[in-house]
Amino acid sequence: MSDSKDNTQTAGSALIPLPDPSPVLKEMLDIYPPKVARKRAKHIRVNDPHDVPEVEANVRTIPGIITQRGCCYAGCKGVVIGPIKDLVQIVHGPIGCSYYAWGTRRNLANQDPSVESYMPYCFSTDLTEDEIIFGGEKKLRAAIQEAYELFHPKAIAVFSTCPVGLIGDDVHAVARQAKADLGINVFGFSCEGYKGVSQSAGHHIANNGVFKNMVGIKEPETPFTNPFRINVLGEYNIGGDAWEIERVLTRCGIEVVATFSGNALYDQIGQSHHANLNVVMCHRSINYMAEMMETKFGIPWIKVNFIGADSMSKSLRKIAQYFDDAGLSERVEAVIAEELSALKAVREDVTRRCSGKLALCYAGGSRSHHWRELFKDIEMRLVSAGYEFAHRDDYEGSRVASSIKVDADSRNIEELAVEADPERYRPRKTQEQVAVLEENGLKLATYDGMMPDMEANAIVIDDISHHEMEKMIEFYKPDIFCSGIKDKFVIEKMGVPCKQIHSYDYGGPYAGYKGAANFYRDIDTMINSSARRFLKAPWESQPELQANFAVRPEKKKG
Amino acid sequence: MLDITPKEIKPRTALRINPAKTCQPIGAMYAALGIHGCLPHSHGSQGCCSYHRMHLTRHFKEPVMASTSSFTEGSSVFGGLANLSQAINTIFTVYNPEVIAVHTTCLSEVIGDDIPNIIAKAVSEGTVPEGKFVFHANTPSFAGSHMTGFSSMVRAMVHYFSEKTGAESGQVNIIPGFVNPADMREIKRIASEMGVPALLFPDTSDVLDTPLTGKYDFYPPGGVTIKQLRTTGDSLRTLALGPFASEAAGAYLDEKCDVPCDILDLPIGIAATDRFVHALKNVAAQDVPASINYDRGRLIDVMNDMHRYTHGLKVAVFGDPDHVTSMVEFLLDLNMKPVHVVTGTPGNRFERRMTEILEGRLPDSNFSANADLFLLHQWIKNEPVDLLIGNTYGKYIARAEDLPFVRFGFPTLDRIGHQFKPHVGYTGALHLLESILNAIMDRQDRDATDETLELVM
Ligand code: SF4
Ligand code: SF4
Repeated sequence: MSDSKDNTQTAGSALIPLPDPSPVLKEMLDIYPPKVARKRAKHIRVNDPHDVPEVEANVRTIPGIITQRGCCYAGCKGVVIGPIKDLVQIVHGPIGCSYYAWGTRRNLANQDPSVESYMPYCFSTDLTEDEIIFGGEKKLRAAIQEAYELFHPKAIAVFSTCPVGLIGDDVHAVARQAKADLGINVFGFSCEGYKGVSQSAGHHIANNGVFKNMVGIKEPETPFTNPFRINVLGEYNIGGDAWEIERVLTRCGIEVVATFSGNALYDQIGQSHHANLNVVMCHRSINYMAEMMETKFGIPWIKVNFIGADSMSKSLRKIAQYFDDAGLSERVEAVIAEELSALKAVREDVTRRCSGKLALCYAGGSRSHHWRELFKDIEMRLVSAGYEFAHRDDYEGSRVASSIKVDADSRNIEELAVEADPERYRPRKTQEQVAVLEENGLKLATYDGMMPDMEANAIVIDDISHHEMEKMIEFYKPDIFCSGIKDKFVIEKMGVPCKQIHSYDYGGPYAGYKGAANFYRDIDTMINSSARRFLKAPWESQPELQANFAVRPEKKKG
Repeated sequence: MLDITPKEIKPRTALRINPAKTCQPIGAMYAALGIHGCLPHSHGSQGCCSYHRMHLTRHFKEPVMASTSSFTEGSSVFGGLANLSQAINTIFTVYNPEVIAVHTTCLSEVIGDDIPNIIAKAVSEGTVPEGKFVFHANTPSFAGSHMTGFSSMVRAMVHYFSEKTGAESGQVNIIPGFVNPADMREIKRIASEMGVPALLFPDTSDVLDTPLTGKYDFYPPGGVTIKQLRTTGDSLRTLALGPFASEAAGAYLDEKCDVPCDILDLPIGIAATDRFVHALKNVAAQDVPASINYDRGRLIDVMNDMHRYTHGLKVAVFGDPDHVTSMVEFLLDLNMKPVHVVTGTPGNRFERRMTEILEGRLPDSNFSANADLFLLHQWIKNEPVDLLIGNTYGKYIARAEDLPFVRFGFPTLDRIGHQFKPHVGYTGALHLLESILNAIMDRQDRDATDETLELVM
């Protein structure tokens, strides 16, 4: 496919099948020591959407391999808890862990003057040698006290980092004591970076902590009245996505009780048990929460994807179908029609230039699937995708979830034993209603995974390494490569534009309809930017030609 | 913005808020990138390595390669020896560097992994190919800061590689400190103009400022080679720029190989650059060339001509101790008043040096090592300033207090320029002065009424 540029499709024409990728598979693995090659081979699969192959995922990265992955703490504090804006978040450890998580993820939050927002603040116990030797609990206690006296927050969360786990500080005991002393909610997360094999363990630990310490602890001041009220789970408001999603939902008459956790307030999460439906965006980081809330409160969940215009429409219809209300469905259809028509011009314009172009996308844990939909909107093809910290069910669908074996690295991540709440459990749908919904094609509590939606012969790579990434670029010569900041400039140096899918290259939003327009335009500008035209200097490509002067100096006559 | 930061300052002993430092390994990783063909390796869990790479990338807008031992819970209990051995093997097979620079993390420090032992084992087992190297520095973040990590990695270069063979060498070592590639390039240029055969280590120019060509170089052309590092023990002298970053290596080289070392402030601003040039002149034993005198003259020209915009303005400065020290001196030389000065790196040597510099010129200035931006902001609330100078994190304070803001030091995540404009030397001082003046003038324009808007300034 190295001549992919010539295969550019015109809009609407049938897609030529993807080439057999065996040569690149071989090249990717050949360089590794034999044991490493055997291991990596299981993470790399050629897709068959009708008979999805098994992908090895959520296992250790081989030491020495240059990976995209981060740590458990990053998944817990950085991803899930970080965006809760009125929660004081103290990182218990040496300075670095807290410092790097300060303002570097683009979970935007509006700064309403009536709400204390700690978003621009970074809190750490900044442990020093003495505390590492003699224990850091005393310092943590003092830090909580100082935070309390300075800010009088509603709640304080504490996060453990690697060295803290090792010296054995009991952050939960300190938190319990502080809670009793101060009369505010204080709770800890044992999210030491070495737990699990990636950020994924941290998501689970964060879900557990939010579920135990926040969900259901608050009753609304005025009762909710809108029956069409939902929680949006696994939406972190990167670049303002949650705002765009909420804008569209509000237009449809759907109320968001809480977003987990983009732009979230502590109290919103506290009363999230009042929602009548949980919609799940990032399956990987939040599916635990959806399941626990269903068990405890009887709130069903569906998988949605608000990224991509068509996929946004589909998700809205899914929600309407769930609520089974003619008025709502009508409003949803009206909104879809209006939003799509507003989007039409830019979409068509960009499609003209981008149709048939190739994209590769390696996101964290759910987004490659989401972004596929955006590319589909403008007729681009996602020829390879993968995740940094997904599990098999994210690739292959919920049907494989029960058959995933729990290994030594995941065994120690707590599975909460959740039961129906004796007073507050309220099934939102009867068994009969559920049966009818499912008969009509609405799948509750299910995610089909990314691979059934990908083309045959597309390559799926789990926990892609730097070396594999380079080989993929050489093989496909893609028009766009989606990855994160660590890969960004490598890819750009290779002459391929790289869209950062974690930070959106500081743009966005990309969700919903307005977000889709932003994305189309951004991809268009990246693919068609002029700078790369100058990679070869004129004297390199046409060495024997004379320079063309704009104006030739006239020869003197005579 | 930062609305809940109270004006009233209550002493804190435990809670760090908005730090003005980060952890050791990132400094070590940066220093290691200044060796040609080197892959930095983070011995710990994946998170640290990922964070350090991300942060360096955001600052340089360049690829930053490093590997990790990828500790799991098991390695944390049983030690990370197996991980490091396996990593060394994987790295040489897959990434084929000339040298691996291992640094520790808090985790492996607490575990107490014996790195030299693992390296020795890897060498004896033949995992390290002939002519290639693995070396290490201990970089526990619960001591010092990213400056300490940088300094320790440079010292490790001396420890592992510097040799005294007795060979005649006219060479002078320059340890440039934790500065940008453009600064390293400028230091080399100055030395070469001065006729000093300098060997810079580490040297990240042509490593973290590479051109876009369509081809990616995993190991870019720049960086000091191991062969060159070996020769540092035979050099005439070492100039160690910035005590926090460079003294440890310089002093150790003196101890190990008898190479005398001058420890100088980072050559930022006019006076510190004068001292640097003077030191070079002394080693070169020849006159300062006209080109350097011209650079210097152009700087003084602007200092003099634009003096009315800077004179008497109050400034708050924060950042790394070596940078801040020289900047404060420069500000005083511009007749500005650095009334609040903060570094996050602990060490009373900073405060001693501050006292020296401010003595007799601005003795009432607030300064503190091991402080944070929360405190700096409170100081500013209590005694307002006209200008803020520091790294990107200052933008929150600048916005909260509506201050003109000049970005200076590591990290600069949100502006362009530090990648290719040096801040060291006379040229660097001119760039800094330009930024300072433009910030002040932009502010004057913004605040002018229609009547008072000046066309000519
Ligand atoms: S554990 Fe230590 S080395 Fe790792 S990021 Fe935190 S402070 Fe830095
Ligand atoms: S020390 Fe542990 S928690 Fe902190 S960044 Fe490193 S891996 Fe993550």
